[in-house]
Order: sequence, then C-alpha cells, then structure tokens
Amino acid sequence: MNAPVLHVSGVSKRFGGLQALSEVSLTIKRGQVYGLIGPNGAGKTTFFNVITGLYTPDAGRFELAGKPYQPQQVHAVARAGIARTFQNIRLFPDMTALENVMVGRHVRTHSGLVGAVLRTKTFRDEEAAIARDAQALLDYVGIGAAAPVRARTLSYGDQRRLEIARALATEPQLLALDEPAAGMNATEKNVLRALIERIRGDGRSILLIEHDVKLVMGLCDRVSVLDYGKLIAEGTPADVQRNPLVVEAYLGKQAAAAVVELPA
Amino acid sequence: MNQNNKLSLFLLAALGLLVAPWIAQFFGSGWVRILDVALLYVLLALGLNIVVGFAGLLDLGYVAFYAVGAYLFALLASPQLLEAFPALAQSFPTGLHMPVWVVLPLGALLAAGFGVLLGAPTLKLRGDYLAIVTLGFGEIIRVFLNNLEQPINLTNGPRGISHIDPLTVLGHPLSQPLEIGGVTVPSVALYYYLFLAMVVLSVVVCHRLEHSRIGRAWMAIREDEIAAKAMGLNTRNLKLLAFGMGASFGGLSGVLFASFQGFISPESFTLTESIMIVAMVVLGGLGHLPGVVLGAVLLAALPEVLRYVAGDVQRWTDGRLDAAILRQLLVALAMIGIMLWRPRGLWPVPEHGRAAKEAA
Repeated sequence: MNAPVLHVSGVSKRFGGLQALSEVSLTIKRGQVYGLIGPNGAGKTTFFNVITGLYTPDAGRFELAGKPYQPQQVHAVARAGIARTFQNIRLFPDMTALENVMVGRHVRTHSGLVGAVLRTKTFRDEEAAIARDAQALLDYVGIGAAAPVRARTLSYGDQRRLEIARALATEPQLLALDEPAAGMNATEKNVLRALIERIRGDGRSILLIEHDVKLVMGLCDRVSVLDYGKLIAEGTPADVQRNPLVVEAYLGKQAAAAVVELPA
Repeated sequence: MNQNNKLSLFLLAALGLLVAPWIAQFFGSGWVRILDVALLYVLLALGLNIVVGFAGLLDLGYVAFYAVGAYLFALLASPQLLEAFPALAQSFPTGLHMPVWVVLPLGALLAAGFGVLLGAPTLKLRGDYLAIVTLGFGEIIRVFLNNLEQPINLTNGPRGISHIDPLTVLGHPLSQPLEIGGVTVPSVALYYYLFLAMVVLSVVVCHRLEHSRIGRAWMAIREDEIAAKAMGLNTRNLKLLAFGMGASFGGLSGVLFASFQGFISPESFTLTESIMIVAMVVLGGLGHLPGVVLGAVLLAALPEVLRYVAGDVQRWTDGRLDAAILRQLLVALAMIGIMLWRPRGLWPVPEHGRAAKEAA
C-alpha cells in the first residue's frame, strides 16, 4: 500500500533567465492525495508540465511505480501511467461525453486500421468493451446520463468530472489534477471533493495542484509548498500550515512576523 | 424511421444508382461521362475528407496524390516507359500492360507512401501554415511532372502521356461495349458501374473508420491536439496514418482516371483541382460522409452540365462568358453562399449527440 508511485528528485527547469524549478524532489505514495501548493508563479504548473512531458526538464530523475521514465513525449507519459486534467478544461468539445471517455481508452486498447475496416470479431469485441468501460466511468463520476451529450454543452462542473473520467480511462498509476476546483462554487467543490475522496478510496494516487487552501488542507494526505521554484516545505497539512516559511511565502515577511508573534 | 422504411429507401437508392446511366444515356453518352467523372470526384472527396474532415488537417495539395496514381498507371500501361528505356522494351516486346488489379493497389500504396512522405515535415504545423505547405507540395509534384522529360523522358512533360490502356475487367476491356443477353452496355456505362463499385467500397471503408478506435483518435486530434496527446495518443503516427489513408484514395482514383481518359497531362492536376476538391468537402459538410458525397456530386457534375447549357449564355454575351468562366463564377458564388448561410456545409454532421437541455 505504501510503495511510492511517483518519485522525482533534482528536477530543474530554466526559461531563459528565470529559474522556474530548482532541485525539486518529492515522493507520492500509493493511495495518497498529494497536494502541491504555492503562491502564483511559484512553479506549480511548470512542475506539472515537466512531469507530464509537456516541458523537457533540464535535470532530474523520474520514477513511476518503481520504473524510471523519461518525460520526453506527452503521449509516452500517459502510456507510462500519468493521466492529467487541465487548468482550463480541454475536452473534445464536439464529441459526446461517452466518446470523450472512449478516446481515453485508446492507450489501453489495440485494434488498428485493418480490424476496423474488416470489422473483425476481435475489433467488435474490443469496441463493445471500450463503450462499456467508458459508460461505467461516466457512471462512476456521476454523469452517466450525459453519455450521448456533446461535451461542449455540459455544465462547468460536469465538464470537470468528464475530464476526470477521461483521465481515469487511461488506467493511470497517478491521476494529476491541475486546479480542478478553479471557478467552482461551494456546492460544486463539495461534489468534487467527494469524488476525489472516492477515487482515493479505490486505491488510486492523486497529485493535486490547487489554489483553494481549504480544499487542499481538508483533502490531502501530504502537502508540498513551492515558492520561486524551490520546495520550501513538505509534510502533513497541519505541519505545513504552521511552517513560518510557508506563511512568509504567502503573506510576506512582516505579516509572517506578526502571525508568529501572536500567541497560538 | 423504422427498419422497413430504411430498407425500402436503401433499395430505392440502389435501384436509382443502377439505372442512372441508362437514363443519362437517353440524353447522350456525354451525360454518362459526366456521371463517371462525378464518381471519380466523389472518390477524391472521400479521401480528402479523411485528412480534412476526420483529422482536421487542411490539405491544399491533395491533387498531387491523384497525379501520382494517374502517372503510375500511365507509365505502367502505355508505351511511354518503354520508349524512355529501350533496354526495358526488349524484355517486354509486346509492351508493358500491367493488369489493373495489380496497379490499383499499387497506386493506392504509392500514393499512401507519398502521403506519409509529404505529411512528415508538416507534423508540427497547424491551420493556415499547414495549408500553405501542402499547397506547395501539390505544386512541386506538378512541376516535377511538367519537367521530368529530361534527361530521361519519364513523363513526356507538358505534352502528357497518351495511349494508356483501358481497364480490363474479367478479360473484357472497358473501352468496348459489352453484350449481355442481347443488351449492349456501352463503354461509359461499364466505367460507371466500376466507379460506382469503388465509391460504395470507399464509403463503407470510410464509415467503418469513422466509427473505430482510430477514427475517434483522429477526431480527438481535430478537436484538441494537446488534450489528445495527454490522453496518450501518438499524434505523430495518427496524423501520418490519416495522410497516408487519405492519399491512398487519391491514388486509387488517379489510376481509374488515367485509364478512363486514356490520356493525362500535368494540366489535369493543377492547384485549381485541389481547391475544387477541398470546396466539395467543405460545401457538402466536413467530416460527414453523405454530405461529402453530395458536395462532390454537385460540384463535379454541375459545371459539366453547364458546359451543355452555357452555349446560350455565351451567345448573349458575345462569347465573353464561356463555360469555364461560368464554372469558376458559380463555384465562387456557391462557396460565399455556403459560408454565409450554412457555414457547416449543405449536409453537415447532424448535431453530434444531443444538447444538454434535451437530455435532461
């Protein structure tokens, strides 16, 4: 249960004169919700893009479920077992919700051109299984009734959930969510929270980048804090909250001093 | 529509397609020729639809693959190649007469190869940039065909290649009328049935591709390439597959075209042709097979029909407006009209799935 799912060490990324990430290391264990927080511009999304292959890191070692992987190509990372969602939702808008999830099954299925053209039995069986799995995932995230609906016409909250269903369809070792609660109202956040807890309950590991501190503190098993591309704190939510460096990063030096002086 | 109605509609359509050449023949075999040409364009439009409609890659050089197929058959089934290489002529004293069942798959394969070759450098390009590069490729092929008469006369340059064998099906050359039980089926009608068979086959293939794992992956790339990558889709291979698959249809119809005409020259493969094929796909409905077929039939047949009725217009305008000008004029007007009133095409993809409100 406690084997590490993702282990990265010494990750650095530089954009021209800006050191976006320097020597970031962290370990996510199986069944954990791992939070990554930090002020705007701290490098959260850069880190996210590096581990999912969108950016090529300057340095760093990467291990997924005990196996080293090179985040060089985005599609290879998904195949290796990291599925992500996007901060600004990126669905396939003119395809139905079901088809969106069916695309997610692509990487775990095999049939090619010949099978499709000849409609072989293998092809038909696999196609039926893809549709069945996709429908099951839609039900799982609670939007099963929306299967025949075009993704673009879904409500914002449902689109988020569809994106998570699509990511789960790739059977990921690690589900990486980039600010899933952004733009959600309180009710939608509660639904999302319940969904993430359910996914964790089913033994999956989640990396969560989030601005909403309340959500992160309530949900995560462990939290890392990035500031100016450096990891400044790591621990349980309660530890991190008390860490003076974290308070300083968020509120500035003076305010941090004021907070620390206050009797707890 | 219930199952019975569907079946009767299908049978009616099949019957209509089968008797079409006989009705056209009634008005003269020129009209059957128009049908033949229209079917060739349907084949081209179906192929381009895979690239543009399914995978969302705008290709303005598609006619190049048509040319590849046509020139392949022209070289393998005419005296041209033997005249260029006398050494070869000795091993084939009766001439190279490659049977069509060899050349058809060969043409599809070669064109697919060219499709992948031309697709590879454009993988990182999108939209307008992709269109410009593919347009350039189309022109490069044409310029090559125009100039490959030196140092070895391979394509006979702008004079083109003539004396191309007709297609031979079951030992019967399609250029000869066929007698079946006292009924004489004219040559143009024979070609019509062959082309019709190819079109039906292509429609089935396209339809099956559309509703498959690969087809869904193409559409995902069309909708959002970055999200598609993040879902583990190897977009490079899938795009090359789309280019190759689409091009193979072009090669196929090229082979058919060369044998049907008996003569080809680079003039048949200009940029205007490419644009016409794109116009067919867009006019009919990007990504929707019935729409694409409709667009191809309309744009291919109507201008040919014009040629017959344009005489009057020409007389009224003292010969200033001839059929060719009229054709360009009408196509341009049709495109403007489509963009204004039906931007998704004449017969677009029926709102794929339902809107959220209806489902609730």
